[in-house]
Amino acid sequence: MTGVQAMRGAPRRLRCCGASGCRSAGSEALQVALEQARAAVGLDAGALPIQPVGCLRLCGRGPLVACDGPGGTALYGGVPPAQAGALIAVASAEGPIDGPLRAEAALAAHRLDLSHPFFALQIPVVLEGCGSLDPCSLDDALAHGAYAQLKRCLQDLSPEQVRDEVRRSGLRGRGGAGYPTGLKWDTVALQPAGPRFVVCNADEGDPGAFMDRSVLEGDPHRLLEGLAIAAYAVGADRGYLYVRAEYPLAIERLRLALQQAQARGLLGLGHCGSRHDLQLEVRVGAGAYVCGEETALLRSIEGKRGMPSPRPPYPAQAGLQGAPTLINNVETLAALPAILREGGAWYAAMGTESSRGTKVFALSGAVCHTGLLEVPMGIQLRTVVETMGGGVPDGGAVKAVQTGGPSGGCIPAERLDTPVDYESLTALGSMMGSGGMVVMGETTAMPEVARHFMRFSVNESCGKCLPCRAGTVQLEQLLQRFVEGRAEAADLDRLDALCRMVKATSLCGLGQAAPNPVLSTLRWFRHEYEAGCGPLAGKP
Amino acid sequence: MADRRIALLIRRHGGRAEALIEVLHQVQEIHGYLPTSALLAVARGLQLPLSRVYGVASFYHLFRLQAPSEHRCAVCLGTACFVRHAGVLAKQLEQRLGLVMDAAGADGIWALEQISCIGACGQAPVLVVDGALETKLPVDDQEALAARFDAMGLPSARGQVR
Repeated sequence: MTGVQAMRGAPRRLRCCGASGCRSAGSEALQVALEQARAAVGLDAGALPIQPVGCLRLCGRGPLVACDGPGGTALYGGVPPAQAGALIAVASAEGPIDGPLRAEAALAAHRLDLSHPFFALQIPVVLEGCGSLDPCSLDDALAHGAYAQLKRCLQDLSPEQVRDEVRRSGLRGRGGAGYPTGLKWDTVALQPAGPRFVVCNADEGDPGAFMDRSVLEGDPHRLLEGLAIAAYAVGADRGYLYVRAEYPLAIERLRLALQQAQARGLLGLGHCGSRHDLQLEVRVGAGAYVCGEETALLRSIEGKRGMPSPRPPYPAQAGLQGAPTLINNVETLAALPAILREGGAWYAAMGTESSRGTKVFALSGAVCHTGLLEVPMGIQLRTVVETMGGGVPDGGAVKAVQTGGPSGGCIPAERLDTPVDYESLTALGSMMGSGGMVVMGETTAMPEVARHFMRFSVNESCGKCLPCRAGTVQLEQLLQRFVEGRAEAADLDRLDALCRMVKATSLCGLGQAAPNPVLSTLRWFRHEYEAGCGPLAGKP
Repeated sequence: MADRRIALLIRRHGGRAEALIEVLHQVQEIHGYLPTSALLAVARGLQLPLSRVYGVASFYHLFRLQAPSEHRCAVCLGTACFVRHAGVLAKQLEQRLGLVMDAAGADGIWALEQISCIGACGQAPVLVVDGALETKLPVDDQEALAARFDAMGLPSARGQVR
């Protein structure tokens, strides 16, 4: 078992989640308290290691600590620093004979049930190292098998063989669009001879999405290995990792990991003892959502305004410096080491016919269990939201689930039996997106949700094309009327028509998808818009 | 003095135009924002037209062209926070501070701004007050909320009823 749960008989140790979510809940203070409590009972790091690790999944109950011992793993959440002594007593099973028992009782309220579906239904592939290894230690990553698949690729496999394996896996882009990864790789690899680039898109901007951040913070070497494998498969010897500036911890850990791997010769000139070179650089954004769009991202890497350009030509044909450029998202790249180790067929056996493998989701909003989960594609939305997520707190009903961020839509409660795959979510007027899943209860008004996302799009529109720049502003004003109950019946048609115009005529994905939250809520919650056509109609 | 530091850090980036965003990040770290004089120095150092430098500086949300106020209170308006009533929270802060969202206050000491998702969705709704994260704010409980605001050192606007 990997991820949260350690193998039975694993050596005694405490794993403290050091990801952003748990840091915001006070994990650093807890770790210091644990180290002091350990010293107080006369133990050292050799007898009881206290290790910082990546995301332990149930972010809403942070700070999380996993306690490994001969009997397996116990997970604790929301432990105040004052209880550090009890945790040490349980973890070390030292002290007075009834000490651990008393400590166990003191911690009972903080103990989390690892057999709960939230944990039990997860299948860690991308996240297999996240939560079990120290993200700042290359040695720890190597002990968990990091870079083994890169070495194997460089030594034993041709680039064609690597691409074949990825094609066999059925992996599709996890950034949102779901383009088949193998096909994209072939397109880049088969361009006329010359320089090529690889780019990792780590500009995770959707509100409510923290999947990529968790990989960057929890297992950065897996991402670097994936990127290096991709570079070999398409014949690139230079690459960039573009990370959003709002993720300082992720940037710090990624930079450290890159330095470590370069210093050890795992990346760089003649890396892993091969005849191949790979020079990688980390580039940091400056707060522009549109830079997640691939052509805008390339402009930003070049130090320019992140404005998109029309495709074709696709970056696979003409990207950085006009050279063929492969752009993959963090989660896509981080899936590669496991796919190559276990084989494409192994990965393809999970999921559905059209959506293979597993997907990481960030579950938040009006839901009992907030956090990170990796599940097989095709799982029912209800299973994720109700069985794993525990539904709405205080026993309320789920009203809708928002997927795909500002480019996606709201799926109504009556469609919770939908399987989570690319096509099914699109058919409902939403989209897979990068993996943010926000649960909404009965108290959330849908026109307000639509206005919320439209404000986001107004703020983030780059201003290059008119439909997006002005259309989103007009849409926000229209939505405002519905929210305030002063819309008139004709506004419904205006809203619909304007949405379709912006969708059809915007230059890039941001503008084309900006109307989706409106269209999907209009489709499933039209009565709420009709209720917004009130007695105040026409009043300013 | 500042000019020399800028020249130095541009040299460290090899004077390459593609390093413009990195350079602006570092200049902002020095000054706290990007004053016009610094933009001019960057343009000279990277041999770029000032329009290009200004264009980039004004495009990205994280670059500030005005000196920041002494204190800042930022409300996360990501979707998870929104679902947990961050909108109400923002209104209450506007009232308490006597400020309009994203507009500098008349006294220039406090500023209220909105930020997009900072990924603390599990702790929603959240605020960032002078860099410190404040989590799980009790929007439904006026008294408890006011106590949290007091603890953060947020002033109550003069002449306003709380």
